[in-house]
Amino acid sequence: MFNTLLIANRGEIACRVIETARAMGLRCVAVHSDVDAGAKHVAMADMSVCIGGASPAESYLRGDAIIAAALATGAQAIHPGYGFLSENPEFVDAVDAAGLVFVGPGAAAIRAMGLKDAAKRLMAEAGVPVVPGYHGTEQDAGFLAEQAEGIGYPVLIKAVAGGGGKGMRLVERAADFAQGLASAQAEARGAFGNPAVLIEKFVTAPRHIEVQVFGDGTRAVHLFERDCSLQRRHQKVIEEAPAPGMTAPMRAAMGAAAVRAAEAIGYKGAGTVEFIVDGSEGLRPDGFWFMEMNTRLQVEHPVTEAITGVDLVEWQLRVASGEPLPCAQDDLTITGHAFEARLYAEDVPSGFLPATGRLSELAFPGDVRADSGVRAGDVISPHYDPMIAKLIVHGPTRDIALRKLARGLAGTRVAGTVTNLAFLGALARHGGFARGEVDTGLIGRDLDQLVGGAELPARRVAQAAIAAAGLWDGGPVQAGFTLWAPLQRTVLLERGDDALSAVIQAHGPGCIDVTVDDTRIRAQRDGTGWRIDGQPAPGLFVDGAQITIFEDGGQVFRIVDPLARAAAAGASGNLIEAPMPGRVVSVFAAAGQAVRAGDRLAVLEAMKMEHTLTAARDGVVAELLVTEGAQVEAGAALIRLEEEDPAP
Amino acid sequence: MKLQSQALPSSEVFQTNRAAHLDALAEIQAAADRAIAGGGEKARDRHISRGKMLPRERVANLLDPGSPFLEIGATAAHGLYDGAAPAAGIVAGIGLVNGVQVMVLCNDATVKGGTYYPMSVKKHLRAQEIAEENRLPCIYLVDSGGANLPNQDEVFPDRDHFGRIFYNQARMSAAGIAQIAVVMGSCTAGGAYVPAMSDVTIIVRDQGTIFLAGPPLVKAATGEVVTAEDLGGGDVHTRLSGVADYLAEDDAHALALARRAVGGLNLSQITHASLQSPEPPAYDPEEILGVVPGDLRTPYDIREVIARLVDGSRFDEFKPRYGETLVTGFAHVEGIPVGIVANNGVLFSEAAQKGAHFIELCSQRRIPLVFLQNITGFMVGRKYENEGIARHGAKMVTAVATTSVPKITMLVGGSFGAGNYGMAGRAYQPRFLWSWPNSRISVMGGAQAAGVLATVRRDAIERSGGTWSEQEESDFKQPTIDMFERQSHPLYASARLWDDGIVDPRKSRAVLALSLRAALNAPVPETRFGVFRM
Repeated sequence: MFNTLLIANRGEIACRVIETARAMGLRCVAVHSDVDAGAKHVAMADMSVCIGGASPAESYLRGDAIIAAALATGAQAIHPGYGFLSENPEFVDAVDAAGLVFVGPGAAAIRAMGLKDAAKRLMAEAGVPVVPGYHGTEQDAGFLAEQAEGIGYPVLIKAVAGGGGKGMRLVERAADFAQGLASAQAEARGAFGNPAVLIEKFVTAPRHIEVQVFGDGTRAVHLFERDCSLQRRHQKVIEEAPAPGMTAPMRAAMGAAAVRAAEAIGYKGAGTVEFIVDGSEGLRPDGFWFMEMNTRLQVEHPVTEAITGVDLVEWQLRVASGEPLPCAQDDLTITGHAFEARLYAEDVPSGFLPATGRLSELAFPGDVRADSGVRAGDVISPHYDPMIAKLIVHGPTRDIALRKLARGLAGTRVAGTVTNLAFLGALARHGGFARGEVDTGLIGRDLDQLVGGAELPARRVAQAAIAAAGLWDGGPVQAGFTLWAPLQRTVLLERGDDALSAVIQAHGPGCIDVTVDDTRIRAQRDGTGWRIDGQPAPGLFVDGAQITIFEDGGQVFRIVDPLARAAAAGASGNLIEAPMPGRVVSVFAAAGQAVRAGDRLAVLEAMKMEHTLTAARDGVVAELLVTEGAQVEAGAALIRLEEEDPAP
Repeated sequence: MKLQSQALPSSEVFQTNRAAHLDALAEIQAAADRAIAGGGEKARDRHISRGKMLPRERVANLLDPGSPFLEIGATAAHGLYDGAAPAAGIVAGIGLVNGVQVMVLCNDATVKGGTYYPMSVKKHLRAQEIAEENRLPCIYLVDSGGANLPNQDEVFPDRDHFGRIFYNQARMSAAGIAQIAVVMGSCTAGGAYVPAMSDVTIIVRDQGTIFLAGPPLVKAATGEVVTAEDLGGGDVHTRLSGVADYLAEDDAHALALARRAVGGLNLSQITHASLQSPEPPAYDPEEILGVVPGDLRTPYDIREVIARLVDGSRFDEFKPRYGETLVTGFAHVEGIPVGIVANNGVLFSEAAQKGAHFIELCSQRRIPLVFLQNITGFMVGRKYENEGIARHGAKMVTAVATTSVPKITMLVGGSFGAGNYGMAGRAYQPRFLWSWPNSRISVMGGAQAAGVLATVRRDAIERSGGTWSEQEESDFKQPTIDMFERQSHPLYASARLWDDGIVDPRKSRAVLALSLRAALNAPVPETRFGVFRM
């Protein structure tokens, strides 16, 4: 076996690979871009090499630089992780040519599965069921429309070279086909440089169930299924294994099909065969069709690890070094149930927009597996995927595992950026999901309920107010002391666009009354921490003016600075006055003219200097009090603005 | 050495004591509540309707959140002026701004427009004196119509009257003690000099005004008709006159600006004391109410009080076997080293000499002194006069008067006669002087005073051959006894600023700690004692 491994990736997967490689006694080489020099995966590795600039094209996608780094550091093998170069056959060829081991399938297998229409043909030939559809090369619009008619609506148009939902369109009726096709082709061209599309039958209650396979180049085994039906716009959100409602015959059929698929292309390493399953009438052995095969380790591989006890990265490394499959199909069993939730820096209420920020706080509860590529203090940058972590839980039953997931999410502390934590929490508590009624449309149907902000109890505002006052983690000596009556101080906060106000009254270092909207709430601290209204208070983190309370996925408050107000001096003055005696050289304003703060209104020449007089605020010129050429005294009114409406 | 308490919280005497103290406390609390209510509901509503914060709100929002507030003269003017001036119309005290101890003086405009009664002036000057002695930056939250005209004769002309306010401001500014004014309402006539004499002045737009003469007086004097805002509003003073430096949008903004001004003072705490980590007393301060008898005449061991005031109840007693009626020793209060001088009975010559000796020790070591005063006086009688008790008492009084270390006095019982002098009474300028609700202060006890007067009277009557029955004597004595009873009460004393305030005994430790911390702001000069009559 090789003794030095280069990980051609970043983030959580690089860290994940390093952990197992380290446990196997391997030296680990990290590669990184400029901006990742201080990243967690670099810190974890034994050696690291900078391979270029921030954008992936300048670094993580530069196969030549990565191979050079491997050669320079004495690495004999390269683990590609997922994404980036993991499914790039040219890179695999280059790695081979350099005399290095690629931890993954051969280039031929990747090529075989890379183009989806060809892959489906291949699978159909190998006896793997495929969704009815057209996967040919003919791309004439009229021809494709005929094919769609033949398959039967609704149909899905998908980019041949696609992935991640790009270049994909659902067309419900023939009239909309031409337009859907054009936009799918345009998007495919933009995203992949290849406008070719395929057409498939659209399954109405589809479930996304995939089978983990592992091959050694000749033989393959499967490690059972994962259900990834909880998706939002084709992005997986929560994955689980095994699939709810799975029956033994169906599992056997799917597993056998997946193994056939892998063996048909001589697959080596970890791979995933994705199936679309019609969940409308329960799971039936004839109700699944091959979608595609991912020739890499999947993001959601930990749920499989949790139920099988197999370390898939360890298997990858062993098989890559030439060992046969570590165990036979009959040795593999399922124990319990596992979930994975993907924690992202994203702004859920604004439509799941990717977010950035410095993670001022990041901590996970002890009884979940948290695979993360960032630490507290790290930055979620716009250059890369905004995933913060994957939370993986395992329990003897689905119910128990799901409760552990909900608790694990509730106990996760993230501050410094907005996240989808609350959304994940809402999903983990979703009734239909709890009953196992999953399909890929669940999130879309119940989106409003899932992203609806949690109600804000007064005691949470009270907690934020105490933190804003600096009394959460201490406060002054003899805090709250007065002789005969406590003092009441107002604290101003903002939450989103809402202004909040609370009145705090300290009775002592660990005893504070907070009044929020006429409700008085008592906060008391004892040896175990604060209790608010008698209930233990969730943790919080203060970062400058931002307070994050770790409840409902993170309640974020901003401390209002009473000094952050419009500069007082003259800002609302109606009169533009001469700052010194001088001659009015020019007047730019006219009565009735609307002006904005900072607009030039006149020029005064005095002491051999020209002074520009500007509007101190937005407004309308009421009258000109001077004309050009006039000599004026200091303080003389030059221009009057109309009276401002009092602020609402 | 840790003190051992003999008190039994379950005992009847403990519970009786506690009940008596709670009664006394309730009376003080009621008086404090009246003072805190200011000028009454109507005046408060009118004040709030103008968009202004009430005075205590202003203080609270000026200070750091949770800041302790050591109020000065909380019940000043209690029972005076027919109750027209609760708290003398001023809220004053020490709190933290950006972690710095400051003296806040805030006019209460709900009390006769914030005008100065004689006790208002006295309170203002006392707060300034504390600030000056302890080098505390002063923040004046001004909202006052100036001198209370019906009382002008007791407010304006004398040395310690209105003019002294500005004298103090100038002197403190010269000494590097920051003077910051926030004009949050009227600032008329003499009052105009508070902001004008300050180092930094903030004024609230459309609310604060500063002028030597208001619009009515201007009209009367010159016929000019002008609005208050145009005469001396915030815009005028920050833009034209330069009387104020910052224009604030409202009270909250003004207070935030004042906080920033304090943040810019470039202050750092100088500490000449070697501080320890604070440690609570081993005995609960709450128990003070049970260990101190409700009746002043009942003797008790003052160490029971000390054990409930000092860190870890540890007390390094000095000269414990000599002059036992005065207890002296070293301890820490919230980590600050102190020398404690406490009465445990009438003062004898030995006790007075021991007291002088101990004060010399503390002066040499620059350790602040805490006096726990419960004293009926120096021992009287031929034996004591002949051995020169006046001479020994004078040594102690000299030591108390001339030491340079900060002195903090707490009246925990009686304060009678020359004992008051030897134990750092008001005249001996302790940095702070606090009273317990059970304390009494007078030149002597009421019964003794009545007895002296009766003896003189009886002598006169009997010299002229008359007779004086027991009943007549009793009737003669009663008014004196009543007068002393009334005048020695702490509310009577505190109303006149004979002390800095009445304190719940259970809060004594915190009060001492805050007083000491304030005292640590000023350097302690070398002590030079006067001539000790040996």
